[in-house]
Amino acid sequence: MNGELIFSGLFLRALLAGGGLALACGLLGVFLVLRRDAMISHGLSHVAFAGVALGLALNLMPLIFSIVVCLAGSLLILRLKEQARLPGDTAIALLSSGGLALAVFLMSIKKDFGAELMAYLFGDILAIAPSEVYLAVGLALVVTAGILLNLSRLVFMTFDREAALVSGFSLGRLDRLLVMMTAVTIVLGLRIVGLLLVTGLTVIPAASALQLARNFRQTLLLSSFFSLLSILGGIVLAYVFNLPASAAIIFLALLIFSLSHLLKRWR
Amino acid sequence: MTMENKTEEIIRVEGVSFSYDGVPALLDVNLSVHRGDFLAIIGPNGSGKTTLLKIMVGLLKPGQGRVWLFGQPLEAFKQWHKIGYIQQKATNFDPIFPISVAEVIAASLNSVSRPVKPGRGQVRNKIMEALQTVGLETEAGRPMNSLSGGQQQRVLIARALSTEPEILLLDEPTTGIDYPSQENFYDLLGKLNKQKQLTIVLVTHDYGIVNRHVNRVACLNQKLVYHGEHSEFCQSDRFRELLHGGHHLISHRH
Repeated sequence: MNGELIFSGLFLRALLAGGGLALACGLLGVFLVLRRDAMISHGLSHVAFAGVALGLALNLMPLIFSIVVCLAGSLLILRLKEQARLPGDTAIALLSSGGLALAVFLMSIKKDFGAELMAYLFGDILAIAPSEVYLAVGLALVVTAGILLNLSRLVFMTFDREAALVSGFSLGRLDRLLVMMTAVTIVLGLRIVGLLLVTGLTVIPAASALQLARNFRQTLLLSSFFSLLSILGGIVLAYVFNLPASAAIIFLALLIFSLSHLLKRWR
Repeated sequence: MTMENKTEEIIRVEGVSFSYDGVPALLDVNLSVHRGDFLAIIGPNGSGKTTLLKIMVGLLKPGQGRVWLFGQPLEAFKQWHKIGYIQQKATNFDPIFPISVAEVIAASLNSVSRPVKPGRGQVRNKIMEALQTVGLETEAGRPMNSLSGGQQQRVLIARALSTEPEILLLDEPTTGIDYPSQENFYDLLGKLNKQKQLTIVLVTHDYGIVNRHVNRVACLNQKLVYHGEHSEFCQSDRFRELLHGGHHLISHRH
C-alpha cells in the first residue's frame, strides 16, 4: 500500500465519505427494496448525471447542482406516478431517458467537460475533494436522521399502507421525504461508484440483509453493516490491489449477497 | 325500522352516494353507529359494502353526502387513535417483509396520531397487553410471515386494539381462514364488544357465522335495504329471503 497516499489524507477522506454514504444507502435501501422502488435509484442516477452535466456546462459546482436537479426529478417521478396514472417503473423510464438525453446533448455542444463527466459514469472516490467529504458526511447524516426520526411511520406505511392511511399522519409527506432522501443519496453515490453502479449500492446490501434477517431491526442493522463492509472493504481492496474502487465495492457487495443467500439455504 | 338513539353516535353517514368512474356503487345511504353497537353490514357482491366502509374511515371521498365521526365532520376529525381499521385481505401482505409480531404492533402504536405519545416502556406494555387479549402473548418475537392466517389476523386485531380504539371497523376479516379459526375470531370480537364495550362495524358475506354476536344489521345493495336491530331483522322478509332464496349472503366463498 502506498503510505504516502494515506498520509496525504486521500485514503481517510475516501473512507469517511464512503462510510457516511454506506450508512445512508444501507438504511434507505431496505425501504426501497420493500416498497418495490429499487429502480427509482436507477432512474434518479440518470437524472443526477444530467444535473452534473448541467453544472459542468454552467461552471457551477456540479455536485450541488446535481443535488438540486435530482431533488426536482425525484418529486417529478412521484407526481407522474400519482397524477399521470403511470406505473412507477414507466415514470422512472421517462425520467431516466430524459436525463441521459440531456447529458448527451450537453456533451455534444460543450465538448471540453466530457472527460470530467465520464468520472461520474464510473465514480472516483479516490479523487474526492475535502469539501465533498464534508458534504457527503453531512448529507449522509441528514438522510440517516431523516429515516431514524420517522422510522415507525416508514415501517407502518411500507408494511400496510391502507391501515397507515387511517392513522392520521400524512403519507404523502413521507413519500416525498423518502424520494428526496433517495435523490440526495444517489448524487453522493454517483460521485463514489458512478452512474452505472449506484443502483447496486442502494439495493444489494438490503437484498443481502433480507436473506438473513428475522425482523425489521435486524434487517436495518444487517443492511447498514453489509453496506459499510462493501464500501469500506472495497476502498481498501482498491488501494491494496490497485483496482477501480467502484468495481471492488460492487463485487464485495455481490459476494456478501451470495454468501447470505447460501447461508439462508443452508439454515 | 327503528332508529332509537340509545347512546352516543360514533359514526353518522348522511345521504352518501358514490360512483366509480360514473358507475354507481352507493345511492343515498344514511346510517348511524352508536357506542356499543356490533353492526354487520351485509349484502351481495358489488353491493357497495367495502366502498361504504372505506368512506366511513376517509379512504374514499363520497361524491355526495357527509360522514361524521364522534360528532365531527370527517374532514376535520383528528383523533384517529380512536379508530381501528382492518381492511379486506389484510393478511395478504408482502411475504418477504421481515417483521416480528411485536414490531407490527409497535410501528402502528408509535405512528398513530394521539394526544400523548407513549414512552418506550409503555409501548412494550401495550404490545403485550394487546397480544394477551388475542391470546398470542407468547408469539411477540416471531416473524409475522411464519404465523398461520388465523394468527396473523389476530395480530392485526391486536395492532388495532393497541391504540385503545373506541370503534373497530373490519372488512371481511376472515377471508381465506379455516372455519374453526373464523369461529374463534368472531367469538373474540363478540367478547370485545360485550366485555370492553368496543363498538364494532363488520362487513361480511357470512352472516351465518356472525349473527349470534351482532346486535344491528345494515343490509346493503347500493341502497340501504335494511338498517336496524338484529332481532327485528330475523323476523323480516329480507332475512327469510336470505335463508331460502339461494342468496349469496349466508355463505359465500371466494
